[in-house]
Amino acid sequence: MAEILLADVYKSYGKTEVIHGVDWHIEDSEFVVIVGPSGCGKSTLLRMIAGLETITNGEISIGGRVVNDLEPAQRDIAMVFQNYALYPHMSVYNNMAYGLKIKGVPKAEIDQRVREAADRLEIGEYLGRSPRQLSGGQRQRVAMGRAIVRKPSVFLFDEPLSNLDAKLRVQMRLEIKKLQERLGITSVYVTHDQVEAMTLGHRLMILNDGYVEQLGTPIEIYENPLTKFVAGFIGSPSMNFIETRLEEDATTVKFSHKTSFRLAGSYPQFKGRNVSIGIRPEHFFFAPDNPEAIPFRAEVVEHLGADTLLHGTVDEGESELIVRFNGISTVTQGETVPVYIDPANIHIFDAQNGKRLEVE
Amino acid sequence: MLKRVHFGPSLLPFLLVAPQIAITIVFFIWPASQALYQSLLVEDAFGLKTEFVWFQNYSELFDDELYFDTVYRTAFFSSMVAFLSMSSALLLAGMADRVIKGAKVYRTFLIWPYAVAPVVAGALWMFMFDPTLGIVAYFLHAMGSNWNFRVNGDEAMALVIFAAAWKQISYNFLFFLAGMQAIPKSLIEAAAIDGAGPGRRFWTIIFPLLSPTTFFLLVMNIVYAFFDTFGIIHAVTKGGPAKATEILVYKVYNDGFIGLDLGGSAAQSVVLMTIVIVLTVIQFRYIENKVKY
Repeated sequence: MAEILLADVYKSYGKTEVIHGVDWHIEDSEFVVIVGPSGCGKSTLLRMIAGLETITNGEISIGGRVVNDLEPAQRDIAMVFQNYALYPHMSVYNNMAYGLKIKGVPKAEIDQRVREAADRLEIGEYLGRSPRQLSGGQRQRVAMGRAIVRKPSVFLFDEPLSNLDAKLRVQMRLEIKKLQERLGITSVYVTHDQVEAMTLGHRLMILNDGYVEQLGTPIEIYENPLTKFVAGFIGSPSMNFIETRLEEDATTVKFSHKTSFRLAGSYPQFKGRNVSIGIRPEHFFFAPDNPEAIPFRAEVVEHLGADTLLHGTVDEGESELIVRFNGISTVTQGETVPVYIDPANIHIFDAQNGKRLEVE
Repeated sequence: MLKRVHFGPSLLPFLLVAPQIAITIVFFIWPASQALYQSLLVEDAFGLKTEFVWFQNYSELFDDELYFDTVYRTAFFSSMVAFLSMSSALLLAGMADRVIKGAKVYRTFLIWPYAVAPVVAGALWMFMFDPTLGIVAYFLHAMGSNWNFRVNGDEAMALVIFAAAWKQISYNFLFFLAGMQAIPKSLIEAAAIDGAGPGRRFWTIIFPLLSPTTFFLLVMNIVYAFFDTFGIIHAVTKGGPAKATEILVYKVYNDGFIGLDLGGSAAQSVVLMTIVIVLTVIQFRYIENKVKY
């Protein structure tokens, strides 16, 4: 059990700075997810917590102890790697017992702990096998087992599910979540998959190019993205953006030369500024009776069963949009439908720096 | 099972393998069969008369205590060479694997001795350790040692072992380094997180995973020590003093070309050939089947 504190953490390789100052307080028993596109530095940050990468500047502490100069072994952590990193020449049992043997735990206790972890992960019958005799999902469980037998104070996960097929990934995701809840061990999970991030994390860190874009709970981030990057990264299909200008009345934006839209608030300090309007596909709804509805022409219709995705345009292709309707929609290709958005669901970002505009 | 691919009747495949077949026949099959045949003959020293004696050469060989002394000496020599050169190569490879700056320069230097011909390597060591003009011998004498490998058999043995091992380090180093670099880095990291220090990581993770390489090198080093060290021994000690460094392959040469016992020497070379064949078979069977993880 431990809290993790990142204080102004920097990482450079030579002259190239890859992590530009991260501050984060991860509470005890919290499950946090670091998410971002590939190459954003998320794995580097995790490896810095693990002690596999040095910390160029700043301080990392685990359980109140500054770990900057501690070896990975001394940090009381366990890590699950993307490729599982099981020792190929050892049986599953020995893979799980390795860390305990090094710690000098008595044999009987090792045996009891390994069997307990194996039962919990339902790999009890594979203890005598070698890793190459196991399927991807089973290897994944062994890797988790190896982490939990040691009863560390922190779990680190480095994209542990990305080598699994889609179905197994969903299943393991749920298991990881349940396991973490039951054990209550502080966990840091790295992924590029926003669905994993949203479903697993109590709190998320959105990392882009080594900069922290936003910290917050999944719902906070979904409802209130602070930057255009976060808005586009979280949510699937991703948010629609329309590049336009805030009119002089500080409250209307133009969708196209003939369609404009009123925002929920007024932004007098930004009037006349170029802005990006962000609308999530799921926030459009069919509004035949609304005089302010936007005429949306569906060009491609994708039926996913649970919902329908419509790819189309407003006003002869001036702005392209994706609209998502619940259930099986009857809209056909080429049809123009009136759609509307609750102004409260419209996000507005500065076109220059991508920051969210706040109502004054 | 692989499906057989059928080719139409054509001369081309035969032409393509012909050069290799020709080389094998001229340089292996023919001399080997000559040796086999010769091992059944007794010839006088002037080559005036030759007698076919069946296996008399072999029975004499296996009754000869001196021959078995040579066998034991060879076993000692080759296991020492294999052990020394493999362990130093492993150590060097382990360190080279961790070096980041100047890694290429370091590796290039380590590979150089492999390019030195055995006789030249032998001459180099002989000069360094020569009791009258060698630089190392000078220091040894200065430290009070009575070093003279020309009269002391144990010292001569030590010298040829070191020279032979030194020359083989590069070869072993290359294979060990390649083997180490093929081990996924995350395994080492996982072990580090599991609490294993560098030494423990080496013995419990890296070394076991290198076992196919180690086994391959063991066979290669024994073959090397058995046969390719002739040049070194010839340059350094000529098998002496008092046969103290005469290994099997050197005895073949000594008995055949110096002693002119051609039949006996041929019988010895047939024995050696059998040893190589056995080693090769072990190598192929074991490497293909057993060393897996």
